[in-house]
Amino acid sequence: MAPNGVNYDDIDAEIDYTDIEEKYQVQYDEGLDNLIAVDGVPVIDKSKADKLLAKIAKEFTKKGAPVKPDDIFIPWDEKTGKSKGYIFVEFKNADDAVYAIGAMNGFPFDAKHRFHVNHFIDIEKYADLNETYVDPEPEPYVQKEHLRAWLGDPQGRDQYVTYRGDEVEVFWHGKPSQCESAYKKLNWTDLYVSWSPLGTYLATLHRPGVRLWGGPSWAAQQRFAHPLVRLIDFSPNENYLVTWSHDPIVVPEGAQQGPQYFSPEDEGNNIAVWDIKTGNLLRTFPSSYPEGGEEGAKKQMQWPALKWSADDKFVARVTPGQQISVYELPSMGLYDKKSIKIEGVVDLEWCPLGDKDKEDEAKFASGKSNKKPRENMLAYWTPEVANQPARVTVINFPSRQILRQKNLFNVTECKLYWQNQGDFLCVKVDRHTKTKKSIFCNLEIFRVREKDFPVEVVELKDTVSDFSWEPKGERFAIVSTSDPNYGNPAPGITLKTDVSFYQLERGKGDFKLLRTLPNRTSNTIRWSPRGRHVVLATVGSSTKSELEFWDMDFGHDDVNRREGPSKEEWGSTIQHLGTADHYAVTDAEWDPSGRYLATSASAWRHTLENGYAIWDFRGQELDKKILDRFKQFLWRPRPRTLLTKEQQKQIRRNLKEYSRQFDEEDAAEESNISAELIAQRKRLVDEWNAWRLRSKEESASEKRHGGKKAASLEKQPKEEAKEEIEIWIDEVIEQTEEEVLE
Amino acid sequence: MRPILLQGHERSLTQIKFNSEGDLLFSCSKDHIINVWFTENGERLGTYDGHNGAVWTIDVDSQSRFLVSGSADNTMRLWSVQSGKCLYTWEFPTAVKRVAFSEDDEQVVCITEQRMGHQGAIRVFKINRDGDGTNQSKEPTSFFYPVGSKAVVCAFGLNNNQIITGHESGKIAIFDAKTGDEVLNNERAHMDVVTDLQLSTDRTYFITSSKDKTARIHDTRTLMVIKTYTTETPLNSAALAPGKPYVLLGGGQDAMSVTTTSLRQGKFETRFWHKIFEEEVGRVKGHFGPVNTIAVSPKGDCYASGGEDGFVRVHHFDESYFRAKPYGEYEIEE
Repeated sequence: MAPNGVNYDDIDAEIDYTDIEEKYQVQYDEGLDNLIAVDGVPVIDKSKADKLLAKIAKEFTKKGAPVKPDDIFIPWDEKTGKSKGYIFVEFKNADDAVYAIGAMNGFPFDAKHRFHVNHFIDIEKYADLNETYVDPEPEPYVQKEHLRAWLGDPQGRDQYVTYRGDEVEVFWHGKPSQCESAYKKLNWTDLYVSWSPLGTYLATLHRPGVRLWGGPSWAAQQRFAHPLVRLIDFSPNENYLVTWSHDPIVVPEGAQQGPQYFSPEDEGNNIAVWDIKTGNLLRTFPSSYPEGGEEGAKKQMQWPALKWSADDKFVARVTPGQQISVYELPSMGLYDKKSIKIEGVVDLEWCPLGDKDKEDEAKFASGKSNKKPRENMLAYWTPEVANQPARVTVINFPSRQILRQKNLFNVTECKLYWQNQGDFLCVKVDRHTKTKKSIFCNLEIFRVREKDFPVEVVELKDTVSDFSWEPKGERFAIVSTSDPNYGNPAPGITLKTDVSFYQLERGKGDFKLLRTLPNRTSNTIRWSPRGRHVVLATVGSSTKSELEFWDMDFGHDDVNRREGPSKEEWGSTIQHLGTADHYAVTDAEWDPSGRYLATSASAWRHTLENGYAIWDFRGQELDKKILDRFKQFLWRPRPRTLLTKEQQKQIRRNLKEYSRQFDEEDAAEESNISAELIAQRKRLVDEWNAWRLRSKEESASEKRHGGKKAASLEKQPKEEAKEEIEIWIDEVIEQTEEEVLE
Repeated sequence: MRPILLQGHERSLTQIKFNSEGDLLFSCSKDHIINVWFTENGERLGTYDGHNGAVWTIDVDSQSRFLVSGSADNTMRLWSVQSGKCLYTWEFPTAVKRVAFSEDDEQVVCITEQRMGHQGAIRVFKINRDGDGTNQSKEPTSFFYPVGSKAVVCAFGLNNNQIITGHESGKIAIFDAKTGDEVLNNERAHMDVVTDLQLSTDRTYFITSSKDKTARIHDTRTLMVIKTYTTETPLNSAALAPGKPYVLLGGGQDAMSVTTTSLRQGKFETRFWHKIFEEEVGRVKGHFGPVNTIAVSPKGDCYASGGEDGFVRVHHFDESYFRAKPYGEYEIEE
C-alpha cells in the first residue's frame, strides 16, 4: 500500500500494458550460439564412441579450443546402430565456439576424414533457405558529375585554392569582376590540400586518410584509408596515389578488410600505393633512408619516395646504395621479377614525355603509325666509391639498355634536371677542390634527342643554388653565389647571388651564356609554364622580398619565336619588365596559363603579413589580400590542351581579332562595374542615413520623456560664446651682439 | 598637414583627450605625468603632478573645470583643470584602468584592475560640483563586479544610467549604473581584447577597437554591429571624426615584438577609413612605435595621436581635407 493511500495495484490492473511489454520485451539469445556442428566425422559403432570422443576432444584442445568428451554429442542412427557421421559440440560461450570454427574448419582428422565445422544455428538457417533464384535488383544508374567541368567555364577562368585558418576556399580567377568564390568549406582538411597533377581532384589530408574531391559540386570522389598520412604524391596521369605516414601501418584487430584496406602483411610499412579510380590498395613499402650519415643523426627521407615514369606504366624505388626496383602497373609487381642492382645508387629521375612523344604514342596506339614511340628513359647517378669515379647513367626501360654513361670526378653531390619535354638532361654537379675546402659547380648537359647523347659541360666558379629549365624551351636559368655565408644559413642574412641565363646556340649545338644579372638577392627562379617569361624572387628572407619580372623574347611574336635571337645580337631580347615587392614572400607560383603569378606568405613559415598577391606577367599587382593565419595558395593545374597544332596556329594567327573582341568585352564590363559600385555606395549611404535618422528620433523622444535631462542638454548650445584667443609669438628677427668697451 | 610634435613624456602614452572646445589637449603616460597642451600651437600649459604610478587614463568634463585620472598607484584623482591642484584622491586596492565622466558631468565611472586576489570592479562616483571641488564623497554611489570576462574600457551610454563596457574577451555590454545589472550584451562583438571605446557626439553609436585587428561601430541602443573595419594589425585605438564620414584607427605590432620588426612592417600609421564604405582612404605616418591612443577634436579640425614611442603628434587638418570628397557627392548624416 502506498503511503498516500492510493492502491497502485488496482490502477495497474485496469490498464492494458501489453503493447508496451511487447515493445520492450528483451530478446533473449536462443542459447545455441555456443553450439557447433562438426561434419566429416568417421562413422562408428557405439563401442568405439568413447575412443572417438577422446580423440576429437584431444584434437580440439590441441588447437586451443578445449573440449571435454562430455560436451560432445553424437547422434545415432537407430536402425543401423551406427553414428551418422556428424557430431555436435557445446562450448562455454559463443566466442569460444567462433574460435573453434576458425581453428577446426577443414581440419584433416585422418586420411579419409576432414572436418567441416559450422554454427549449429547456421545449419538451420541454410536448411530453410529459399531455393528460388531472385534476380538482384540492378542499382539505378546515377550520372556522375564531370570531373573536368571547370575547364568548360565560359569565361575560361582558372581556379585556385586557398587554405586559411580552418577554412579552405576555391576561387575563380579572371578579370576583376569575374573573380569569385567557387566553393568554401570549414575544416575541409587537417593538414593541407593538394591538386592532382592535371587538376582533376583536390586532395585533403585527415587523420584517417586522404580524400579526393572533384566535380562542380565538390563531391567526395574517393578515399584512401591511411591513418596519420602526412605526404601524398600523384602519378603524372593521376591514375595512382602514393601516401606516406610517419607512423608505421598498424592493423588493429577487427579492422575493416577488403581491397581498400590494409591487411596484416602491410604492418610496419609507411608508404602505400593506391589506385585512384577503384580506391584499391596496390602495395605498401617501408620508407627508405639515404645510406650513410652519422648514427642518430636525423635522416632526411627523399620525397617523392617512388618515382613515376611519365606514362604511369612504371614506378621506381631506389634502395639507396644498392638497387633500383621498378614495379609495373597496375599489378604493382616487380618488373622482370628482379631489381636493377647498382652499387651506390643515390637518386634517379625518369625522362618526362614531351608533347611530341605523347602524340607519337597516341598515333601508335591507334594504329595510325607503326613508328614505335620512344621508350621510357631514366637517369641515375652513383657517387665516387673507392677507385670508381662518380657516374651518371641514362638507360632505357624496360629494355635496360645503357644509352649513355659519363664519369665525373671530385663529386660531392649531383642533381638531375630533365627539361619538361625530355629534350635535355642537365646534371648539376657540385664538385670540390682537392682540399675539399671549396665547392664549385659543373653543369653537364645531355642532349638526348641527338645521336649518342652529346654532353656539354658548363663550368662555373661559383656554387649554383637553383637551376631551372625553361618549359618547352632551350634556355635555362641558374642562381649562383659566391657568398661565404652559403651553406651556413643564419637568420637575417640574405645571400648575394647572380642570376644567369643560358641558351642553346642553334647550329653549333651548345649552350652559351645569354646574360648575367649580377648582385641580386634572388634565390628562386620561376619560369612561366609556357616559357618566355620568368620571375626571379627572393623568398624566405626577412629583409628582402623582391620579385623581378623578365621577358626573354622581348620584341618577338610567339609565332616566329623559334627562329630566335640568331638574327640579332646575342642576348638582346632579354628585357626587364618590372620589379615588385611582396613583403616576407614564401612561395611564388605561375598560373597554368602563364599570365599571372601568385605569391604568398604562409603562416607555416612565419606570422608576418600572411596573405597572398596576384600579379600579371609584367609585375603589376592585380590583387593583394593580407589575411592572418593564411597557409596555402595553389593554382588548379590544367590538363594538356585538346587542340591540335594546326588549331593552335590558327588561333595565334587570329590573335588580333580575338584581342579586339576581348577589349570590347572589357570596356563594356568596366562601365558595368562602376555603375554597380555607385549603386552599391548609394545603398550604403541610404542605409546609414536611415539608421541615423531612426536612432536620432528614438533618442530625442527618450530625452523628451526624460524631461529634466533634456532641458539641461538644450541649454548647452546657447552657452557657446565667442572667445578671443590671443597668442603671443616671439620671433627673433635679428640679433646683434655688441661688445661695449669701457 | 605639418604635425606638431609634443615631447612632454618620457614613456609611452596611455590616453589623450581633447576638452569639449578642442582648444586643450590632455595627455597621460606611463611616466606618472599628466600634461595639458594648447592644441593650437602645441605649447605646454602645465602638468598635473601627484601620481606615483603609470597614469592609465584621464577624462575631462564638458566645462573644462575638472579632470579625473586613474593610475597604477591604485588611486583615482580629481584635479582642477585651471590650477593643476589635486582636489580629491580616491584609493582602491588595485590600479585604475579607465575613467569617464557622464554627459552631465555629475558622475564618474571607473574600472579597477583585477589583481592580487581582487576582482575587477566598476564603481560610479557622484561628483560634487559645488564649492572648490575638494568636498567629495569617498563612497561610490554604486559598486559592482561584472561577471565573466573582465571589463577593460567603459563609458556612460545614452543616458547617465547606462554604462557601456568593453571586455577582455571581446564582449561589449551595457550595465545599469545604479544596480550593476547587465542590461544587454554582445558576446561576439570582437574576437579579442577591446582596446578603446569612443562615443559619437550624440551618444547614439560608438566605435570600438580591438586586438583582433578590427574596429567596429555599434548602435548604443541595441549593441548591434553597424560597421566593421578590418585591418592587418592589432588596433589600440579608434576615433570618430566629427563633421566628416571618417574613422581614425591606430595600432601596430605589440610593443613586445616591435624590436623584431622593421618600421615598415610595424604598421605604426594612423589610418583613415571611410565610415560608411568601410574602405581605407588614407594613412598618416610618423610614430616609430605602435599608436596607443587617438583623439579627434570635437570640432573636427584636428586630431592627435599618442604613441608607444612617448610622443604626441597633433595634426591640424589642411584645407584639402575638408574639401576632399573621395567618393563623390554623398550627403551623409553625422
